[in-house]
Amino acid sequence: MKINLKTLPIVILFSLGLISASAAQTVLLNVSYDPTRELYQDYNKIFIEHWKKTTGENLSVKQSHGGSGKQARAVLDGLDADVVTLALAYDIDILAEKNLVAKDWQKKFKDNASPYTSTIVFLVRKGNPKGIKNWNDLIKAGTQVITPNPKTSGGARWNYLAAWAYALKQPNGTAATAKEFVKKLFANVQVLDSGARGALTTFAERGIGDVLIAWENEAYLAVKELGPDKFEIVTPALSILAEPPVAVVEKVSTRKNTKKVATAYLEYLYSAEGQEIAARHYYRPRNPKIAAKFAGQFAKLQLVTIDEVFGGWQQAQKTHFNDGGIFDQIILK
Amino acid sequence: MSLTTRFERSAATSEPALIKALILCLSLSFFGVFLLLPLLSVFTEALHKGVIYYFNAITEPDTWSAMQLTLLAAAIAVPLNLIFGVAASWAITKFDFVGKHLLITLIDLPFSVSPVIAGLIFVLVFGAQGWFGSWFLDNDLQIIFAVPGIVLATIFVTFPFVARELIPLMEAQGREEEEAAAVLGANGWQTFWYVTLPNIKWGLLYGVILCNARAMGEFGAVSVVSGHIRGYTNTIPLQVEILYNEYNYVAAFAVASLLALLALLTLIAKSYVEWRLKKETNAPSAIEGTI
Repeated sequence: MKINLKTLPIVILFSLGLISASAAQTVLLNVSYDPTRELYQDYNKIFIEHWKKTTGENLSVKQSHGGSGKQARAVLDGLDADVVTLALAYDIDILAEKNLVAKDWQKKFKDNASPYTSTIVFLVRKGNPKGIKNWNDLIKAGTQVITPNPKTSGGARWNYLAAWAYALKQPNGTAATAKEFVKKLFANVQVLDSGARGALTTFAERGIGDVLIAWENEAYLAVKELGPDKFEIVTPALSILAEPPVAVVEKVSTRKNTKKVATAYLEYLYSAEGQEIAARHYYRPRNPKIAAKFAGQFAKLQLVTIDEVFGGWQQAQKTHFNDGGIFDQIILK
Repeated sequence: MSLTTRFERSAATSEPALIKALILCLSLSFFGVFLLLPLLSVFTEALHKGVIYYFNAITEPDTWSAMQLTLLAAAIAVPLNLIFGVAASWAITKFDFVGKHLLITLIDLPFSVSPVIAGLIFVLVFGAQGWFGSWFLDNDLQIIFAVPGIVLATIFVTFPFVARELIPLMEAQGREEEEAAAVLGANGWQTFWYVTLPNIKWGLLYGVILCNARAMGEFGAVSVVSGHIRGYTNTIPLQVEILYNEYNYVAAFAVASLLALLALLTLIAKSYVEWRLKKETNAPSAIEGTI
């Protein structure tokens, strides 16, 4: 076990070679949020093939996943992302503020730059022992609710806003009744995890809580991975239309000279092939034909958008989630 | 036993058999519940779908590249810290200079700083919003969220291991042998190579083993600077977390079992080196004891 000092320069040379070797090929880095790993793993394969067929160029796509806000922060700190595919528009707005993506990024691609949508549903234990059917069942005394913390999790912000939108759409619903509703809801929350996967682990592995408020695609994945004999999905009558957005990171892709392929990468998500992969991973496709094909997979419900109820993400963030916002007020008991 | 000392035979300094047994049972069951059981559960969980599944899990491409990266980071960090550690402890124990205590304190810094902070330090310094970040980016050099950042973070957290091990050892050995070598006409290099190094080799190896174990097992600091790019900037501990979060429990435990194996090998190597170290340092003290 003698350490040979003579090998040290070789080791360093080798490591430098490794670094430069990875820089020589055309490589895209897609920085994404937590539950999209399986989606982009499949999508990358198809896009690499498509790119080879149309341009003859060899391409490889790297992936990075984590909490949406955390990932945006990493890109801000220099993570070399060519494209970002995050959970909510607010996280890309932060990048636009620092001129990493175009100011009008939401106009660069169709449908608010969200090639697929999702919504917020409930995951309950098999047989639905508490008889949970809709949002108002969540505020009943004795119902234990699990959701991540809206301060740190993108998915949790969608959860919170969906509950708010439900309360607002009830007969005689006002901002005051909505606030009262989410206050009661969060009084029933036992554990506030920092991210969607953490909350799922609390619910599924540790067996805490009667209902988990979750991404639709995450709920389907959980049922598939952890067993349909243990959990079932309950779709409420009304929920929010979650639009996970995508954008080209202009600053990085210009420097790396990858802007063209990065744009094509996101563009292809809207193609029939891309839409089908999204649908297979339980994201709701935008393309009506593909949507019709997978119609049986997704429960029908009334969907409201963040623009119509909350006036967009900037406004929602300011009113609800910033320090001293409504979430801070209701969480103080 | 012939080694029974006056200390052990005296009634004042020994305990009744019952208390001895009680303490022994307590510590053994504590050891079993908190150390042995979790270790065993890692291996049973890793192997419960069979050996083939286990090998498939650890040869999966992303896991494979995580292993390579971990080995690479350790292969750079350990030799550098070896050179630094020897140089620092040589300087500290064989010479007197102003700021010696400051140097010792600085060496201990990575021990007292939380690894997460250590990672954030590098983000703040080399990140795009950091002090030198824009300069590096303009010159197309990626430090954090790339291999160099992981190596830097690993070097930082494993910095003190070799020096901390050598300083007390070299201090105990004193300067007489080096002074004798100098009087006999040896130059600095010869003194180090023929006199100091043979004296400290077991201590040095001990430090290197600990340094290596930490370099391969480090999670916090590396997690902050990694960027989690699959197949590129994930080390083994990060890969374990990712697999676990993706419902891939068996694969997660399979990869974790590699780290556990590393820990066991480290322990065995460490015990052997400790035993050698004791043997060598005991030799002079045995002579002292007879006087």
